[in-house]
Amino acid sequence: MQDPIKGLQKVNRREMKRRKAAYKAQSEREVDSIYVASQWKLTRMRFKRNRLAVVGFVTLCIIYFIALFANFLAPYGKQDYNANITNMAPHGMHWIDEEGSFSFRPFVYEIVKGYDPVTFAPTYEVDTTQKQYISLFVKGTPYKLFGLIDCDVHLFGVKEAAGPNGGIYGVYLFGTDQAGRDLFSRTLIGAQISATVGLIGVLLSFFLGLIMGGLSGYLGGTVDVIIQRIIDFVISLPTIPLWMALAAAVPSNWPVTKTYFCITLILSLVGWPSLARTVRSKFMSLKNEDYVKAARVAGASTPRIIAKHMVPMFTSHLIASLSLSIPGMILGETSLSFLGLGLRAPAVSWGVLLADAQKFRNVALYPWTLIPGLFVVVTVMAFNFVGDGLRDAADPYL
Amino acid sequence: MLQYIVKRTLVLIPLLLALSIVVFIIIQLPPGDYLTTYINQLRSTGMEVTEDQIKALEARYGFDQPMYMQYLKWMKNLLKGDMGYSFVYNRPVNALVGSRLPATIAISLVSTILIWLIAFPIGFYSATHKYSFGDYAFTGISFFGVSVPEFLLAILIMYLYFLVTRKYAGGLYSDVYAGKPWTWDKIVDMLKHVWIPLLVIAITGTAGLFKTFRANLLDELGKPYVKTARAKGVSNMRLLIKYPVRIALIPFIATVGWMLPGLISGQTVLSMVLSLPTVGPLLITALQNQDMYLAGSIVFVMGLMAMIGTLVSDILLAVTDPRIRNSM
Repeated sequence: MQDPIKGLQKVNRREMKRRKAAYKAQSEREVDSIYVASQWKLTRMRFKRNRLAVVGFVTLCIIYFIALFANFLAPYGKQDYNANITNMAPHGMHWIDEEGSFSFRPFVYEIVKGYDPVTFAPTYEVDTTQKQYISLFVKGTPYKLFGLIDCDVHLFGVKEAAGPNGGIYGVYLFGTDQAGRDLFSRTLIGAQISATVGLIGVLLSFFLGLIMGGLSGYLGGTVDVIIQRIIDFVISLPTIPLWMALAAAVPSNWPVTKTYFCITLILSLVGWPSLARTVRSKFMSLKNEDYVKAARVAGASTPRIIAKHMVPMFTSHLIASLSLSIPGMILGETSLSFLGLGLRAPAVSWGVLLADAQKFRNVALYPWTLIPGLFVVVTVMAFNFVGDGLRDAADPYL
Repeated sequence: MLQYIVKRTLVLIPLLLALSIVVFIIIQLPPGDYLTTYINQLRSTGMEVTEDQIKALEARYGFDQPMYMQYLKWMKNLLKGDMGYSFVYNRPVNALVGSRLPATIAISLVSTILIWLIAFPIGFYSATHKYSFGDYAFTGISFFGVSVPEFLLAILIMYLYFLVTRKYAGGLYSDVYAGKPWTWDKIVDMLKHVWIPLLVIAITGTAGLFKTFRANLLDELGKPYVKTARAKGVSNMRLLIKYPVRIALIPFIATVGWMLPGLISGQTVLSMVLSLPTVGPLLITALQNQDMYLAGSIVFVMGLMAMIGTLVSDILLAVTDPRIRNSM
């Protein structure tokens, strides 16, 4: 806290006294609150002090908000296509028109398709004389909000798609793909799969890791040796080839949801050992603590000791290592789908969208294909920030 | 010491056995067995497949026997060094994998060395200049490095290179040199291509190692013995090199072990994007065509490489740290 006396020469004496008292009271309150704070509160306080972690946390909140309301936020549906505007470069919204006058309400220009006289490749010209304002809450492609509620309202969009010069009006913030689908909408909707694959995968790893690590650490002896060997073995395998080989066995004609769960399961099969290691080392160090011995002497059963006395001790560590293993899974899904071995179209995930970038010709001609990659990097980075922050907050001595 | 090496090498045997089981499961996983796919393949190319031929093929791969017998048969061939036959390429798996192994091993080795050479000095700099501009810059890059998929970074660098030079930079050398003997020109040409995979690996692979080394060195620097040595007037560089760096290096060596599987993993997708002649793209083609003997063998070879890498790093670790070699 800043010294309240500094820079106060000009303020009168009474004000100075008041501020001094307030400062004193506040620092006393802070000290008091540390003495009575629970472990969770301390962790939260330390976490908040880590600026990167807070930035990461806010970013994640935004990304999951996007994933939750993707269909509403996206101006188009995920399979909406317009064969007239394939591989079109991003056409954004405008606030300032040709004459330089500013309008608070953004607008789009009419896009007129033409052909390159030499290569016959389609070209998209903007006709700056024709504009249409963006409308809020436009009726568009129907979708199910949260997968339950029927809805056809989109946050923003254009009311009239056909332009007066035979062109089209539309908001294509990230451009379109080879089928003329809006990349912006598809990227937002792709968040639903890409951002949740890590969470669900980690949840599955969590149970596997908790059970294996717990058994290994609590029982010790032969069980411990065997589980340790299994962990060593799984860790020494190169993950991506293994994921690829397992994912290739998922039949390509399965529905999207089934494939999704299969891929998540495959990702978590390889992800559990690191978690099991954390759990085991915590169990090992905790089981000889006095309070655990005391509980055992008092006649508490093993499950009770584990659930009531040991697990709460390292929950914060668990959460930290959980959030650190999510990035690997997100990257795994992206890589697999990129190769066409994970999720496949018609599923929409960031990896599936990036699969268009597999051929370098596509990237060279239509560089906006890479935009979903930015989302992958930002999400993974945010998870890393939060994970690092949580780890430091959970145990400042490590 | 010798005893430790022998013991550690013996541990490899059960690990390899487990690996072979996993690989065998992978081979068996896809719906429809290898033989049916193979026969369909032959028929689709217009060849007549008679009952006798099917019988002969069945006997060759042991499909008429129970699963464990098939495994043993496959295992026996594997021990003899025969990894099966690829129907997509119509060549023995050995020849296919063998032709691509040198590049795979070379890239793995060169990138491991490169990662060490980069991570060590910048980790040292960051830890000794904590919270300086350079530290923030390296930490920032390392955060980016762990967050970006290798293939995306490769595409991005290729794209930037394309924007500047209007040239495609994939492959290990230009097409004109394909199949030609190694001449000076070819080596120069290769160096013009090979910097992209190396740069990608340097950024993505160094990140994790850099973070570990920095954290370890910082821990050591905070310890009382460093303060004592400083108070006694030991010169700064001498002090750093002699004590904390040596201790911080131990996990550095250990990381080579867990780094290798990751390197081989990342390289798979990277090679695909950059069309490098490693086993990675071969694995992808094999999986897309359900050519499972080829795919399984490649996973086996990759696992083997990772395990040997871990073995080497464990031995190096024992050489540097007496606590480890005496504990076993």
